[in-house]
Amino acid sequence: MTTTIEQVFRAEWPRLVAALVRDLRDLELAEDCASEAFIAAADRWEHEGVPDRPGAWLLTTARRKAIDRIRRADRYADKLALLEATARSASGASTGKTLPDDQLALLLGCCHPALDINAQVALTLRVVGGLTTSEIARAFLVPEPTMAKRLTRAKHKIRAANIPFTVPTRERLAERLAAVLHVVYLIFTEGHTSAEPAALVRGDLCDEAVWLAELLAELVPDEPEVRGLAALILLTDARREARLDDQGALVLLEDQDRSRWDREKIERGSEHLRAAHCAGPVGAYGLQAAAAVVHSAAARFEETDWAAIVEIYDELVERHHSPVVELNRAVARSYLEGPAVGLVEVEELVERPGMVDYHYLEVARADLLRRLGRQDEAVAAYDRAIARCPNPTERRFLERRREAVAAGQL
Amino acid sequence: MRYMLLLYSAEDAGPQPGTDEFAAEMEEWFTYTNEITEAGHMLGGEPLQPTGTATTVRVRDGETLTTDGPFAETKEVLGGFYMIDVPDLDAAREWAAKIPSAPYGSVEIRPIMELPTGP
Repeated sequence: MTTTIEQVFRAEWPRLVAALVRDLRDLELAEDCASEAFIAAADRWEHEGVPDRPGAWLLTTARRKAIDRIRRADRYADKLALLEATARSASGASTGKTLPDDQLALLLGCCHPALDINAQVALTLRVVGGLTTSEIARAFLVPEPTMAKRLTRAKHKIRAANIPFTVPTRERLAERLAAVLHVVYLIFTEGHTSAEPAALVRGDLCDEAVWLAELLAELVPDEPEVRGLAALILLTDARREARLDDQGALVLLEDQDRSRWDREKIERGSEHLRAAHCAGPVGAYGLQAAAAVVHSAAARFEETDWAAIVEIYDELVERHHSPVVELNRAVARSYLEGPAVGLVEVEELVERPGMVDYHYLEVARADLLRRLGRQDEAVAAYDRAIARCPNPTERRFLERRREAVAAGQL
Repeated sequence: MRYMLLLYSAEDAGPQPGTDEFAAEMEEWFTYTNEITEAGHMLGGEPLQPTGTATTVRVRDGETLTTDGPFAETKEVLGGFYMIDVPDLDAAREWAAKIPSAPYGSVEIRPIMELPTGP
């Protein structure tokens, strides 16, 4: 019973807020009324069961709450006419239907470039995901008042600067969608490899990111990068259970128990990737997803199709001149052409901007040296990696790795 | 909704007076101002003299202090402004991006604080 209500809430929350934002043109008011409607629903449905059309029930209830609030507050005087007009109109709005465009507008508004990136992330989780302020604060390991202030400031700016919650013209949509994708990607990476001194994988944020990525894919199914990001997130998240051992220590891709990979997520991710390829040329997210699919297809690490992976990275490097992508390609090439080839490439990357402090470069270098039998140099590289690594779980892993190499066990 | 577009740039950035580029840029300013006026969004706007002409006044403990120069010594300085009336921030961003100094300076968009009108 409770699960049913929770499931309904999950699906109905962004639709309800989106419809209310469209009607009221006021994010804060929409969010407050949606919350009140949900509280009323929880109370009533517990006893009477979930109605046939829960969305319509919620929207009607939230509209009534809005009218009550508006009548009480002068500052909403101009909203009353708006709301009464929608209530009277025979459009979809009054029948409880919401258009996919309303939800897209909501996402685009939360990820508006005029808002600070941290505020974009928090707003998206609050307004679209329906998380409470305290849940978001916990997920990002910041004090609740800090998160509350961040959300309040963002909502104040939306109102004061009149940031529109609308879907822009086709030609402007691409750059705005890129901002939404970036926010969803940040939520996932924050959950997947947190830089904060807690667990390495924070499943709650990963779940949110998966849900948001698939919602977006539903709203804009024909955008290759939207599908590409959904694919990348699902394919990466499929390995969640295998990434940590029973003691919570990190397990490398090559040592992971592949029977613990989530086949259902891999299938869903692959489906999104196929859709991305059909929709047009794939971008950075789609290409990374394509590399993830190659890993998923290999029953054992030794069976990985490295030629295919190197080819994908070649394309990524060509399009996005990023030293991080080049580092990944160097590692992939080391499995195809030998560790010596990989090491030459990795050592060239040290000179590149920002790479001196990038601990993954030293991790890659250490492993290549180990594979070449240059144990002492490998240990020195691990020392540099450990000194630069911000994540305690990952640091413990590197320390154990360093000890094993020093003892000649690896 | 009214917005103030505040135009900042380094004084030595962009075309300098007396050059052909400067004359060409003047044309761009006229074109832009005509365009935004004809679109019905223009409420006002002026270029300002360089900060070498600026005087700053502060009143402290009832005493008026006058100093030479702008209120803060920064590389990018306020060089002019437009006040516009457009539906929302995205429209304001579009007009801000078309300003001739945007490629070498910055445009700060500030919503006007609407005060309640008296009785």
